[in-house]
Amino acid sequence: MTVAGVELKNVTYIYNKGTPYEAKALDNISLQIPGTRITGLIGHTGSGKSTMMQLINGLLKPTSGEVCIDGRNIWDEPKKIREIRFKAGLVMQYPEHQLFAETVEEDIAYGPKNMGLSGEELHKRILDAAAFSGLDPALLPKSPFELSGGQKRRVALAGVIAMKPQILILDEPAAGLDPGGRREILGGVKRYARESGTNVIIVSHSMEDMALYCDDLAVMSAGKILMYDTCAAVFSRAEEMLAVGLDVPQVTGVAFALAKHGVDIGKDVYTVDWAADKLAEFGKTIRTEDKINI
Amino acid sequence: MKTDIAFGQYCEGDSILHRLDPRAKILLAVLYIVVIFMAKSATAFGLLLLFSIGLVLVSGIPVRIVLNSMKPLTFIIVFTAIINIFWMTGDTLLFQLGFVKVYLEGIINALLLVLRIMLLLICTSMFLTYTTTPISLTDGLEQLLSPLKKLHVPVHEFSMMMTIALRFIPTLIEETEKIMNAQKARGADFSQGSIVRRAKALIPILVPLFVSAFRRADELATAMECRCYTGGEGRTRMNVLKYKGSDLLAIGAVVLLGAAVVLLNLYLPGYSLTL
Repeated sequence: MTVAGVELKNVTYIYNKGTPYEAKALDNISLQIPGTRITGLIGHTGSGKSTMMQLINGLLKPTSGEVCIDGRNIWDEPKKIREIRFKAGLVMQYPEHQLFAETVEEDIAYGPKNMGLSGEELHKRILDAAAFSGLDPALLPKSPFELSGGQKRRVALAGVIAMKPQILILDEPAAGLDPGGRREILGGVKRYARESGTNVIIVSHSMEDMALYCDDLAVMSAGKILMYDTCAAVFSRAEEMLAVGLDVPQVTGVAFALAKHGVDIGKDVYTVDWAADKLAEFGKTIRTEDKINI
Repeated sequence: MKTDIAFGQYCEGDSILHRLDPRAKILLAVLYIVVIFMAKSATAFGLLLLFSIGLVLVSGIPVRIVLNSMKPLTFIIVFTAIINIFWMTGDTLLFQLGFVKVYLEGIINALLLVLRIMLLLICTSMFLTYTTTPISLTDGLEQLLSPLKKLHVPVHEFSMMMTIALRFIPTLIEETEKIMNAQKARGADFSQGSIVRRAKALIPILVPLFVSAFRRADELATAMECRCYTGGEGRTRMNVLKYKGSDLLAIGAVVLLGAAVVLLNLYLPGYSLTL
C-alpha cells in the first residue's frame, strides 16, 4: 500500500455563505501532512479542526483553495468523491452513535460493501479490522446494541478500518472512555498505523494522549494553523500554547517549573519516561553538597 | 448547523406583534384564518393583502425571510393555479388550444386561490411562528385549552409534549446531519439507484436516529424526574400571562376586518371566487 500524503493549499471554508449566519471556519490554510507519520490536530472548540477533517475526507468542499491527496485535487472529479471517502476514512466523534446493523459483522461490512467487496475478501477484511481494533471475534454475530460503550467504539472504528483507508482521520477517538479504554483504542490505532503504513490524523483535546501517540502536532486557533512541528518542538513553546487557551502535558509543565528553579532538563520533555531519564542524568551532574534553590 | 428552515422559525424582535399575549395571538390567527376563508370578492382579497403586508411591515421581519418561507409551498401553489386555469369552466372564453379551454373565471379563481394560500401562510407565520417563541406559544395554548381540564383532558401534558417536540426539532436535524455525514464517510450513497435502493440506503440513518431519539428521551425523563417534575397539578408559572389593552385592540381590529370583508363581498362582488 502506498502512503498517501495530504496537502491543503490556501484553503478557506465559510459556513452558510451568503446568509446572515455566515461564519468563517478556516482562513487561508496551507498545510502539508506527509504520509508516514501520526499527526495530531489540536485546538480549542471552534478552531476549525472538525471542518478541516471533513474537508480532507471530501464531506465538505472548500469555499476556495485546494485539498490534495497524493498530489491530486480531490474535487477535480466531483463524481468520484466517494472514492476519496474510501481513501480517507473518517471516524467521527462518538462513532458508536452511527451503528445500525443487526450484527457487529454486518455493521463493519457496511463500508467495504459500499466499496463493492464481497465474499472471501470481505470476510477477511472484517476479521482483520476487528483484530486491529481489539474486538473479540466472538462478538461478531452479536447485536452492536448489546455491547458496552468501549466495545461499540471499537466496532465503529473497525467499520472504517475495514475499508483499508490510506489516510485514517479520527475525531476524538478516545472521548468519554476510561483510561484503560483510551490506552487500548489509541494504542491499537498507533500499532495499526505502524503496521499498515497508514497516514493517521488524530484530533484530541488530551495533550497527554497526543504526547504519547503522535509524531507531529498541528495547532489550530481561530481558523488558522498556529504551529506545525514535532511534538517536542510544539510542546517546548508552552507559553504560546497557553496563550491560545490550550494546555501542555503535565510533565512538560513540571519541566518548565523545574527550569524556573534552576533544574533545567529541557523544555521539550513531554513524556514521563523521558522526564525520568533526563532527571536521572541531571542527578548525576550535581554533587550532594550543591544546593538547589527549590 | 443548517439554518435554511425558514418556515416555523422564531425571529427575534420587539414589535407590537412580538409583544402581544400568546393567547391573543392564537385567537387572532384563528380569527384571521376565518376571515381569509370568508373573503370572496377581489376587493375583499385586496383588503386582506394590504392588511397582511401591513402585518409584515409592523413585525419588522425582513420581507426576504417571509418570501423564502413560501418556497416549500411553490409546488402546491403552482399545482392549484394550473388546475384552476385549465379545468375551470365559465362564461368568458379567453382562448382555446385544442381541447384546452381557458376561461377568465379560471384565471381569476387561480389568482385568488393562490393569494388565499399565501395569505394563510403569512398570517400564521406573522401571528404565531415568527413572532412567538415556541415556549410562549405552547404556554398560550395550554391556558386557552385549560377549561378542558374540567373534562379530564390532560391539557398540561399535551402542551408539555408539544414544547418538547418543538425543542428537539433542531437537535434532531443536527443529529440527522451528523449521522448522514458519518455514513457518507463510509461510502453511503443516497442519490443513486432505484427507489427501493434509495429507501434501503436510509436504513443506516434511520436506525441510529431512532436509537439516539430514544436515548435522548430517556435522559430527558430522568432529568425531569430529578427535578421533581410530576405534571401539571399545582404547578405555578414563572411568567403569568396577562391580557393588555393592545391585545383587545388587535382582536377588535381583526373582527372589524372580518366585517369589512363581508361588506365588500356583498357590495363589491366583482371578480369573485367561484367554487
